[in-house]
Amino acid sequence: MSVADFAFYVFAITTVASGLFTVVSKNPVHSVLWLIAAFLGATGLFVLLGAEFLAMILMIIYVGAVAILFLFVVMMLDVDFAELKAEMAKSIPVALLIGTVLLMQLGAVLGVWQFADGAEAARAAITPAVEEIHNTAALGQILYTDYILLFQMAGLILLVAMIGAIVLTMRHRTNVKRQNVIAQMHRDPAAAMELKDVKPGQGL
Amino acid sequence: MEDLLREYLPIIIFLGLAVVLGLVFIIAAVILAVRNPDPEKLSAYECGFNAFDDARMKFDVRFYLVSILFIIFDLEIAFLFPWAVAFKDVGMVGFWSMMVFLAVLTIGFAYEWKKGALEWE
Repeated sequence: MSVADFAFYVFAITTVASGLFTVVSKNPVHSVLWLIAAFLGATGLFVLLGAEFLAMILMIIYVGAVAILFLFVVMMLDVDFAELKAEMAKSIPVALLIGTVLLMQLGAVLGVWQFADGAEAARAAITPAVEEIHNTAALGQILYTDYILLFQMAGLILLVAMIGAIVLTMRHRTNVKRQNVIAQMHRDPAAAMELKDVKPGQGL
Repeated sequence: MEDLLREYLPIIIFLGLAVVLGLVFIIAAVILAVRNPDPEKLSAYECGFNAFDDARMKFDVRFYLVSILFIIFDLEIAFLFPWAVAFKDVGMVGFWSMMVFLAVLTIGFAYEWKKGALEWE
């Protein structure tokens, strides 16, 4: 068994085991941490396939950002374990029903799975061999010209996601004093304060 | 393929070392350390006070907004990498396609700035 084979088994076992623990962990925060471990295992598998760019992007985007986002979502939920257990007992029949339906759907799809003629060839044709051209360069040569429509749509989807996030979650609190640098620097002492000449014994 | 994987060999070795070292420390702590717990030692330490609150409290939704905006610009940067590597091959079409992509996201950035999503009261 070569080092690459050994590494494959280590990463594959890490990925599958972490995925399993993501599902079965009782604590949602632990689930997210197992999810990060699963992403790391998948990164190793991508490197072994020769897909370096995808591996590093998985590391940067998924591990660095999406996992942190998941952690935020988990922390925004009010995780009360006693309440969670009580809820669990109530919703288990529905959850089992949904799970069974999904499993049957998966079975129905996989049962009749067939490769179209030439599907293998079409898949091989778009990826040049690793020896010929670097992975990132191969992606760059087709993504911005041949697949320009999909690329621009990705940009528009990101724009929609950005605007949607702002519209949905932005709340400005009223009566909060903010800094307004220009206005503060152009304050005029004459307009800002007033001197009163107070006579003795009279007061204001 | 072989050459590519050979370049990653040092990383595998370091990964293995890290795992082994981590396991050694955990197992050594289990075997060697003196364990003599009492409730005071096991309680949470918060700068000398008793803990004020549970750590599992709700976060402000503004953290979520900041992180989702970060992810969107993170993805934008991810698209820039293959473009920069293949810059000589993509020609004018590739160049302007990236400029349009950046312009679209810059519109989003301007909207975000104008709305005050980057402000923290």
